[in-house]
Amino acid sequence: MARVEFREERCKGCMLCSTVCPKKIICQSSRFNQQGYKVAEVKAEDMENCTGCTSCALICPDLVIKVYREEKKEK
Amino acid sequence: MSEKLVFDAPEIMIDRPTHYCPGCHHGVAHRLVGEVLTEMGLVDDTLCVGSIGCSVFIYNYLDVDAVEAPHGRAPAVATGLKRAHKDKFVFTYQGDGDLASIGLAEIVHAANRGEKISVVFVNNTVYGMTGGQMAPTTLVGQKSTTCPDGRCADEHGQAIRMSEIIGGLGGTAYCERVSLDSVKNIRRAKKALRKAFEMQINGTGFGFVEMLSACPTNWKMDPVSANTRITEEMIPYFPLGVFKDVTKDGEE
Repeated sequence: MARVEFREERCKGCMLCSTVCPKKIICQSSRFNQQGYKVAEVKAEDMENCTGCTSCALICPDLVIKVYREEKKEK
Repeated sequence: MSEKLVFDAPEIMIDRPTHYCPGCHHGVAHRLVGEVLTEMGLVDDTLCVGSIGCSVFIYNYLDVDAVEAPHGRAPAVATGLKRAHKDKFVFTYQGDGDLASIGLAEIVHAANRGEKISVVFVNNTVYGMTGGQMAPTTLVGQKSTTCPDGRCADEHGQAIRMSEIIGGLGGTAYCERVSLDSVKNIRRAKKALRKAFEMQINGTGFGFVEMLSACPTNWKMDPVSANTRITEEMIPYFPLGVFKDVTKDGEE
């Protein structure tokens, strides 16, 4: 299972990540970070849909997103 | 089950939140430069020439040696650096107010002389840092603080297309215009940067990459619609593509 991790203190809530997510699982939370922006998040129940495509991380201007993918089993 | 990190900020990026507005593409452009420098193993041999504009603080975000040039004069400073330190990799990072207006003479002559430097040109069609004044690249009809009724072609002329100008000069080795509005275009932008940087490493000549980017604050738009504006309004006027590549014979 792939997953994304948001470094919320860097997020500026521009939501460009939500426009490129093929699964549309990124949404804006109602939480504010220290800078006063409403941060982007993926709800825990939606995380299983993440494919680890890294699109959100590529378009994020603020290096907020880290993407993890499951290690393939060695043959 | 073990997992691996498939995307993280490159190490060359200093871990510090940027001062850019939400949705500003400077962050993406910085990261692409950082990634390409890292992948090409140039981190310790790079001299960055910063310019005036929002990107003036690039030395706060990229962990390379940097010189801050006077407004528009980054290509002139880079020329001196490269001639004095032939073994170093020298690039400038400039905005459109800096490069296309104030520094027009410097960029044109540096390209025409074929200086072995690389130029990253971020075009967002306004003077961002000073408050959204009209730049040479402002599109006809676009409103700015110095043309509140929109740019008028009769009075102010048409938006200047820099890549076409630079691509037409003798000393240019590589010139491409890319955009930062979608994942596909961002991947393309990274390839273009690598190509332009290779031109310097191989001693071929001057490399120029223009990146179309958004300025939501001065366009008075939210970040998502500003990003859409690049696709719908900027790309039709500023066509993407390679304008010069000396390594490809006869295909210019």
